[in-house]
Amino acid sequence: MHIKVKLAYFENENDNSSFFPHSWLNYKKKRDDFEDMLEERRNSSDLRYALKCYTPVLYKGLTPCKVSELKQMVLQSDQLGYVITQVSKEKGVTSDEVTGEAAAILEEMAQRLQLSTVRFFAFTLSKVFKTLFRSICINEEGLQRLQQAIHNHPVVLLPSHRSYMDFLLMSYILYTYDLALPVIAAGMDFMGMKVVGEMLRMSGAFFIRRSFGGDKLYWAVFSEYVKIMLKNGYAPVEFFLEGTRSRTAKSLTPKLGLLNIVMDPFLKGEVFDISLVPVSISYERTLEEALYARELLGVPKPKESTSGLFKARKILSEDYGSIHVYFGQPVSVRSLAESRVNRSQFNLIPRHIPTRPSEEILSFVNDSAYRLVRAQEENMVLKPWVLLAFVLLQKQAAEEKQGTALDELTEQAVWLRDLSRQYGAFLHWPDHIPPSEVVSSSLSLHRGLVRISEGRAVVILSCASYRNQALNVFIRPALLASAIHTAASNRKQEIYNSFSFLRNMFSNEFILCPGATVQDFEEACYLLVKTGTLQINQQEVLITERGHRTLAFLTSVLDPFLQGYQVVCRFLCEQDGLTEKQFIPAVRKFIIKHLLTGSLLKCRLRYTEVLSSDLQKNALAALIRLGAVQKIKGYVGFTHLHVHNKVETTKLLFIYF
Amino acid sequence: MSGFSDNIMRLSGRMLSQYPAQRDWDGKLTMAPHPGIIPTFSIVTLSDNVPEQEIMKWNGWGYSDSKFLYNKKGQAEFTGKRYRLSGMIIPGLREWMESTFSANLQHKTPAAPILNSSAVQPPTLNEAFLKELKSTGIPFSHDAEDRVFRSHGHCLHEIFALREGKIGRVPDLVVWPNCHNDVVKIVELACKHNVCLIPYGGGTSVSSALECPPEETRSIVSLDTSQMNRILWIDEKNLTAHVEAGIVGQDLERLLNESGYCTGHEPDSMEFSSLGGWVATRASGMKKNIYGNIEDLVVHIKMVTPRGVIEKSCQGPRMSTGPDVHHFIMGSEGTLGVVTEVTMKIRPMPEYQKYGSVVFPNFEMGVACLREVARQRCAPASIRLMDNEQFKFGHALKPQVSSIFTSFLDGLKKFYITKFKGFDPNRLCVATLLFEGDREKVLQHEKQVYDIAAKFGGLAAGEDNGQRGYMLTFVIAYLRDLGMDYYVIGESFETSMPWDRVLDICRNVKARIVRECKDKGVQFPPLSTCRVTQTYDAGACVYFYFAFNYRGLSDPVHVYEQVEHAAREEILANGGSLSHHHGVGKLRKEWMRESISSVGMGMLKSVKDYVDPNNIFGNRNLL
Repeated sequence: MHIKVKLAYFENENDNSSFFPHSWLNYKKKRDDFEDMLEERRNSSDLRYALKCYTPVLYKGLTPCKVSELKQMVLQSDQLGYVITQVSKEKGVTSDEVTGEAAAILEEMAQRLQLSTVRFFAFTLSKVFKTLFRSICINEEGLQRLQQAIHNHPVVLLPSHRSYMDFLLMSYILYTYDLALPVIAAGMDFMGMKVVGEMLRMSGAFFIRRSFGGDKLYWAVFSEYVKIMLKNGYAPVEFFLEGTRSRTAKSLTPKLGLLNIVMDPFLKGEVFDISLVPVSISYERTLEEALYARELLGVPKPKESTSGLFKARKILSEDYGSIHVYFGQPVSVRSLAESRVNRSQFNLIPRHIPTRPSEEILSFVNDSAYRLVRAQEENMVLKPWVLLAFVLLQKQAAEEKQGTALDELTEQAVWLRDLSRQYGAFLHWPDHIPPSEVVSSSLSLHRGLVRISEGRAVVILSCASYRNQALNVFIRPALLASAIHTAASNRKQEIYNSFSFLRNMFSNEFILCPGATVQDFEEACYLLVKTGTLQINQQEVLITERGHRTLAFLTSVLDPFLQGYQVVCRFLCEQDGLTEKQFIPAVRKFIIKHLLTGSLLKCRLRYTEVLSSDLQKNALAALIRLGAVQKIKGYVGFTHLHVHNKVETTKLLFIYF
Repeated sequence: MSGFSDNIMRLSGRMLSQYPAQRDWDGKLTMAPHPGIIPTFSIVTLSDNVPEQEIMKWNGWGYSDSKFLYNKKGQAEFTGKRYRLSGMIIPGLREWMESTFSANLQHKTPAAPILNSSAVQPPTLNEAFLKELKSTGIPFSHDAEDRVFRSHGHCLHEIFALREGKIGRVPDLVVWPNCHNDVVKIVELACKHNVCLIPYGGGTSVSSALECPPEETRSIVSLDTSQMNRILWIDEKNLTAHVEAGIVGQDLERLLNESGYCTGHEPDSMEFSSLGGWVATRASGMKKNIYGNIEDLVVHIKMVTPRGVIEKSCQGPRMSTGPDVHHFIMGSEGTLGVVTEVTMKIRPMPEYQKYGSVVFPNFEMGVACLREVARQRCAPASIRLMDNEQFKFGHALKPQVSSIFTSFLDGLKKFYITKFKGFDPNRLCVATLLFEGDREKVLQHEKQVYDIAAKFGGLAAGEDNGQRGYMLTFVIAYLRDLGMDYYVIGESFETSMPWDRVLDICRNVKARIVRECKDKGVQFPPLSTCRVTQTYDAGACVYFYFAFNYRGLSDPVHVYEQVEHAAREEILANGGSLSHHHGVGKLRKEWMRESISSVGMGMLKSVKDYVDPNNIFGNRNLL
């Protein structure tokens, strides 16, 4: 049973293939069609497929080399040599010893990509995928672009990260389409899985420690290893910008370390260009759905282990719907850096001497990272269920207990469908099927979540994580709606100030490009005006008659987060100081207490999802960033919260309560 | 015609005469000719009254009698008798041009044949200046041809405009001083009457240095130094020669050779460029590894400035007398005054000269070899490394088999069949070598270099290959004119960089050129190639050649300029210099501040302000 998915999205007029959403006027994107790659798997031999002739297009400047030669190149590089000398002087040990240490690090880290292992995975994964998923849809045009990119320049693959499945899936796709197999930066956790860890290594994974803060040598080995593979075009380098799997299905704010490393060869002129390819992987149902929700509630993440993997095989009996993988437009680092970075800053120091990146470079890498994550977000396919999750959660919060009639749900879903399309969402809603059927089939795929009554936080958080998939579509309009809601008047400037405050507050929570407040504001205004929600003149922002419903919806999009942050503030106000470690359990206890008594100040604590540790951590990070909370040697203490000297931050507390 | 023309006819001709250096063809030299030029006794004995512009093209490179063309059979040939390639058929050139540029013999873009004097603006003359100038007896002219001839260098846009018959601002007057004192008089008069002076040497500038600033409202006088072309004395005890700055490279070498000496300074333009020009641009010669660049060769300089004459009081070989004032002069590009006399180091002519070549499997190995040669400080007189495209280009310029070249061809074939095995013809590259000195040392030196080359996979590829490489240096400039007859425009530009960046810059700049061409709508893939032409202890000099077929473009020169601009940006971003020896002129001055810092600019400006407060030397180069 599989549906051939052929979607022609968007009525679009201009092919906006440029990476930068220079202006929100180019908002509607032309997107490629999908092909289901499992279709062929169901109709032909998996074994033959696993043994097929594999001859990918390689980088034109490639000097072929073996895995062992790669290691030699790293150990003999000037970069590493410099650090080895430095470390041996500092520690007073011989440089041979340090070199040995470096070799050991490299040994622990290095991948051993082997075609036979990949073939093994190709075979087993075919079996697994066919059982788990209805379809795996790929935009083949994206793969063609990728092939071209691989031929022309070193390539970095940047998939979104929602599941352990992601990197296996990536390699599986690339193998299927005869594209160069990537080497993948993986967390050291996998190494714990004995056999599997080694197999992942042989399918291209290389392992990096989660933290190696001050370890110069480790950093040097690691960065040089990545750079050498990239520069020589040995293989596309794949890593996750978000650093870890997002448990909430919201994109995480990007981590910059690896991006910094892979951009470096371009910035220092060692390659002509590097292509960054954002890949958006959307799961109709994540394998880890319940696991994530539990994690967010404080149930520790099970340690990765081979036996655990076998225990998890019960998931094989379930239906996980379909996966959409969208290979985005390759982004040239050269064009990103054009008129942004003065590359001649590297002219005066030998390039093998490690230097701290300048402010200019850091902010460039940061901006690029945000834009890449946004590019991932924009091409995430949204299923009808995501919209249903919005509706259901909002209803739940509004205490409309069970018994939302199916047709009411359908009506609201259809309304939301149209709204989200107007906002440019990449929505996969089968238009040829009556909406009521779409809704009921979505509900049945997620019956595990919908059936159970609303009291259970796990379910709420699982639901929330589906809703979160579409947050990027609504976040700017929602910020604007909330700003309108809070602003004292309808003066445009005042609303902008309020918008700017909220945006700043939530910039740990959502992907909001640093320094792009004005663009975001304009984008939100544009969308709301275009859809007839607002009228904006020189000074004022007016809500239209039919705009109230949209505004109400948008405000409640942000509500759970607002309330979450408020709770965290309230909690911190009542504390004298606590360690960072204590924070999550303590705030959780605090929230549960209030959830049970049902009130916090005068206000009802409506959103169970404020229990999410992700939200709590983000709130704390934001408060620290804004200077409302200070971190003193590992302790978190609230600085004095006087309204007059911390107006900006405390505003949140006082306005909303 | 005014009455001055008698004067001019008598004096404006340059002694472009014979080249008596002789060599027997098996490699031993009796003298050191420069390799492109054959000794000729039968042609051009110039009488005093043949104006320069009659032997030289007015809208292209070099001698009027020498050029590439396609004959009636459609074969390329090189006309004239001056060069080794002269009078020969070059069978491969047509196919190379057609395949490299998608050029087509059917699509011609011929140049305007003669200068249309009516297109030249009438001169703005400063009558008072003119009157006093007349009284000095120094010859001058305001004839249109004389003025146009001295209004440009050899940048693409300059030549392209001339070929289309487009003439911009040109000097209003040309003067021909005969000696230092004449220059002093002219500069005094120019200061007195506020006239703009632009010194003119050989006219081979490729930096827009000779272009008259269009915003200049004063009368512009081109000060042509060509009559100041004597060797005033030779000091054999100190091995120096005192020479007037207007002398052209090949004449200087020829005259010194007659006494058994040479300067060894051989820039690629040495047939036409002048000593004064070298000093003013900080020139570099092919054989600098033995003889040094111009700054190493110069012992004493005399320059006339609006403030007076600047020179040192003695000829000590090195001095600690504050910053070396010679370094204000060298590279000043005609903005401070006119160099009139120079004392240069001279050397006895080398007894033996030997060419050579090495083929490398790829450019990376070639560069690694050059670096090693530089590290061991054993570079021959010249060592150059061409990339694969230039190697192929060199092949396309192989003349039809004649007795001289037969052996070469046979050798090459054999070479191809046997030793080339394992070399990818699309990746290999070739280094050309020139050794000089006494025979034994040359042979020893040669062995040392070939041994190093072998470590980098290099195979010796014969003397002829090497010699041809150097010959091409002189004819390659003529080739641009042929390209321009068939919709192909191009240019070369140079830079210098530390060793560790050579490969990166070569790769990135070539790729940038290709990308920019594509972005700017060039319909055919461009030729984008480079070679390493000089090695130093700490780095190298690299030349880029870039040309494309401009059919389908409405403003090809503008596109060309945008691409060259982008290429220079790329060079600077990757740690290359603004110029190794071409200079800045007006073409590259936008990058001066970032190249030498604001304080550096201030230093140069303050010198200019002191030396020439009224901007008499107003060519507006450099700053």
